[in-house]
Amino acid sequence: MSVEQEQAERTIRCLVAKVGLDGHDRGAHVIARALRDAGFEVIYSGLHRAPEEVVQAAVQEDVDVVGISILSGAHNTLVPKILDGLKEYDAFDDRLILVGGIVPDDDKDELRDLGVDEIFGPGASMEEMIDFIHDNAPER
Amino acid sequence: MSDLVADLLAGKHSALARVITKIENRSPGYREIVSDLHEHTGSADVIGVTGSPGAGKSTLVDKVAAAYRDRGLTVGVIAIDPSSPFSGGAVLGDRVRMASNAGDMDVFFRSMSARGSLGGLSTATTDAVTALDAFGKDKIIVETVGAGQNEVDIVRTADTVAVLVPPGSGDDVQMLKAGILEIGDVFVVNKADLDGADRTVQQLREMLQGRDGRPDTGHHGATDLGGDATALEANGDGEAETWDPPIVETVANRSEGVDAFIDAIADHGDFLDRTGRRERQTRERYASEIRTLLREDANDLLADELARRGGIERYVDDVMERHTDPYTVVDEVLEPLRECVDERNDG
Repeated sequence: MSVEQEQAERTIRCLVAKVGLDGHDRGAHVIARALRDAGFEVIYSGLHRAPEEVVQAAVQEDVDVVGISILSGAHNTLVPKILDGLKEYDAFDDRLILVGGIVPDDDKDELRDLGVDEIFGPGASMEEMIDFIHDNAPER
Repeated sequence: MSDLVADLLAGKHSALARVITKIENRSPGYREIVSDLHEHTGSADVIGVTGSPGAGKSTLVDKVAAAYRDRGLTVGVIAIDPSSPFSGGAVLGDRVRMASNAGDMDVFFRSMSARGSLGGLSTATTDAVTALDAFGKDKIIVETVGAGQNEVDIVRTADTVAVLVPPGSGDDVQMLKAGILEIGDVFVVNKADLDGADRTVQQLREMLQGRDGRPDTGHHGATDLGGDATALEANGDGEAETWDPPIVETVANRSEGVDAFIDAIADHGDFLDRTGRRERQTRERYASEIRTLLREDANDLLADELARRGGIERYVDDVMERHTDPYTVVDEVLEPLRECVDERNDG
């Protein structure tokens, strides 16, 4: 099997993580399913995860995409903790970091500056997100 | 030795994770990595956990991992979930149950999907266990749904196999007869607080007594049954010890019975050491690993050769037209290989 073939067939792994005190997981479930149907391997974290748990999962599962779902408004506190943890374990550079949920426009630039690759808010389509992952999944 | 291997041996978590990814993807270079790791293995105890969906495998594994951590041991877990044969995608949900070890990096939990297209899941699992062993994990748990030959092969890579049975599932126990019952070293009736648990324990006990025609009296079995394979293999004092699989009742989500389960696993480990069976088991495992790899590599070699000769369709056409037959085709394709081997042996 040639290298090119393997790259094309490489299965993209995504973590779908619910972090913090936020019990709204319908969106995360829908997204996990859509990503599965797009041929990705999805690791779902379950509800109420601490930032350290999200880091643990992202490192150990060696995911290509870390998808963080936050609807509680605590993104400015929780997302930096996750990013710092990923850097601590040398698992930040070759990973796509996505945030989904309710993020006010004013906060978006700040999150991007910290290292978040894209933010998907209400109204974002599945195709949009799946295309973004296909286009931007890290080369390994 | 590559940097990745050095990083793994130095205890870097992200390197371990990346090695397992390469193993799963069969990326270029993964073979060298696994070869380099082999000499650093051999110290971990490998425990297989299997049982029907919803039996409580992930929850029990979570509690067992936490209990090992309390004893100062490090733990690696490989949880295997099915993937869709249509999209190739999968939702790997076993991690949801890993609540007792939140944020504890010394429990390395990895989800793997049964990727249909790549095949060789048991090879990938064996290699992933190698990586965890070389990393220095004391206990490695492989968790998988016990359905089909593939899964049976996977749990066979373990030193000790635990089979979970939920209560009130008379039919499930029936199902377990085919294949799974034979490989269990420890049986666990999980959710033992539910109605019907006693009956399930009873049914299991009855079934296990008939297993393999082993004498159901002997803990330290009287071994004048000359036909017993273990008796023949045993040497020295002439007394072959057989293993009666214990049945442990647990309520995993409340951590009840977890210590008893761990004790049962330890008992089985002692039994393996005492009887020399651990070494025999390991030898068998390596033998079957070598055979599997030989088969896979020979397959690849022949697939390339077929492609060079213009693909299999050409031969199929000839067979369809009755110009030739499958056996002749195989002889033809294998002829150069055979000649080469003969030549080498003569020279």
